[in-house]
Amino acid sequence: MGQKIDREQVEKVAKLARLDLSDGELTEFTGQLSSILEYIEKLNEIDTDSVEPLAHCLPVHNVFREDVVIPSLDVAAALKNAPASFDNHFKVPKVLDGGPGA
Amino acid sequence: MAESKYKIIIGLEIHVHLATKTKMFCGCELVYGGEPNTRVCPVCIGMPGVLPTMNKKAVEFATLAGLALNCEIPSFTKWDRKSYYYPDLPKNYQISQYDLPLCGSGFIEIPLEEGQTKNIRMIRAHLEEDAGKNTHTFGDFSAIDLNRAGSPLLEMVTEPDMNSGKEVRALAVELQRIVRFLGISEGDMQKGHMRFEPNVNLHIPKDGKIYKTPISEVKNLNSFKALERSVTYEARRQYAEFVEFGKTMEMGNKATFGWDDDNQCTVLQREKEEAHDYRYFPDPDLVPVEMSDEWLGEIKSRLCELPLQMQMRFVQDYKLSDYDAGVLTADRQTAEYFDATVKSGVDPKRVCNILTQTGLKLANEAGCKVAELGVSSDGLAELAKMVDASEISASASVTIFEEMTKSKGAPKATAEKLNLIQKSDAGEIESLIDQVIADNPKAVAEATSGSKKAKKSAGFLMGQVMQRSKGQANPKVVSEILNKKLSL
Repeated sequence: MGQKIDREQVEKVAKLARLDLSDGELTEFTGQLSSILEYIEKLNEIDTDSVEPLAHCLPVHNVFREDVVIPSLDVAAALKNAPASFDNHFKVPKVLDGGPGA
Repeated sequence: MAESKYKIIIGLEIHVHLATKTKMFCGCELVYGGEPNTRVCPVCIGMPGVLPTMNKKAVEFATLAGLALNCEIPSFTKWDRKSYYYPDLPKNYQISQYDLPLCGSGFIEIPLEEGQTKNIRMIRAHLEEDAGKNTHTFGDFSAIDLNRAGSPLLEMVTEPDMNSGKEVRALAVELQRIVRFLGISEGDMQKGHMRFEPNVNLHIPKDGKIYKTPISEVKNLNSFKALERSVTYEARRQYAEFVEFGKTMEMGNKATFGWDDDNQCTVLQREKEEAHDYRYFPDPDLVPVEMSDEWLGEIKSRLCELPLQMQMRFVQDYKLSDYDAGVLTADRQTAEYFDATVKSGVDPKRVCNILTQTGLKLANEAGCKVAELGVSSDGLAELAKMVDASEISASASVTIFEEMTKSKGAPKATAEKLNLIQKSDAGEIESLIDQVIADNPKAVAEATSGSKKAKKSAGFLMGQVMQRSKGQANPKVVSEILNKKLSL
């Protein structure tokens, strides 16, 4: 049985997660991730044809709040943990393309 | 004609801000233009260990929109995390809905010209949270305001069923009217309550084959004008590119553009479609939503007659022009005010004229809806009835309406106060006419001569009578008696 995940895929996942991995780390994690995936694959041995897909692990639904305003933090508290701030804004390295938008 | 050279294919993605009081997953107040970072809490600034809780109102608003757009409303939906790497949503993911959206497929009916309509199919609509606001102009850094982060957004996706910039605009305007009628969004374009992203390409018939141009997605348009123009511009640009370079979908199927409003053109942002690996997965912090029949029925009961249906009813039942009916159904309050007035048994056209000639202008000046000017629908109906009964002239009704908005008086009392009650008493009018005839023998002679000047002279005599009555004589009665006297 070959590797479950190849080096290229690990590189891609690392890039998506904004992780800068060294060559050694790539090799190491490719091996580790492959054995994890192999282990998870044991689940495929179970016949799930007659089992409904589970969207959430808790048997709970419809946990709502009413549309009522709760006081927010004051600005000083909101910015307290920020490494840098400017004029009541969070200050971050320049965002180049403005972000993909929500 | 350019139209025969190709067919434009357009699908639309729309984001609408819902008009809840608080955010999607926390109780921070939604305020437009508040001081930066004054409406934030540990949930919406993404502190570790916090738990989001669904805003019930937002779910109901989204469902209401789905019902108005004829969407299937599934009984079970859930939340997913979409990877996101920008600081305006600091959790590093956006809470959204991936495979089980709140609203399934449906359609929206949009008005075209001459009372025609077209159905545009909706693929889906789902709820998600908005990001915060970036400012890049303070210096060599970006400044983040998270007041908007976590606002409830309804994202809607249509099938590529539109075929012109006009149709895309019509859909956008209709959707704005619908969300406003339902009261689920203010739909204020200036405040960014509605954002549009058209996907445009062309089908070009040539040599018995259909060539398809690469799809352009134009991002983040927030005005109807920019939306329409960007689509028209893209069609022309793609056609030119096809003619010059033979560029088709096989040579790269999608690119992302922005709209440069100053230069009225689209600007390429990304040529190659990035492998959009959002890595959606179910959000473990949020439990699913189950829509029971009872709850759905309760939400359904909040639906109102939709604007286009109302507009078409006004045209059909009230014989208004499509234009007038469109003006009166621009917002729900005005439409219902007009409808209530007409339903008390007055001429719809009469009421329409009073509203379009003066009411809407006054409302605009006062910055409110015409129904809020202080004239009840009963008062307006009474005023319209006075015109129908020739107690006042049509032009006087406009003046009286304006005075009623100020003094809040009843129509009759206001008309009396302004001396605008028409005199229809034949005897009184006859004596005025006799005086005018006696005083103007020359004009009388001309009016009865059958010469070229006859019409003008008769008009002059009519004017004299109206003047002597201080404009209060019923012109119809005056004209009848005058014609009889002059044997015209």
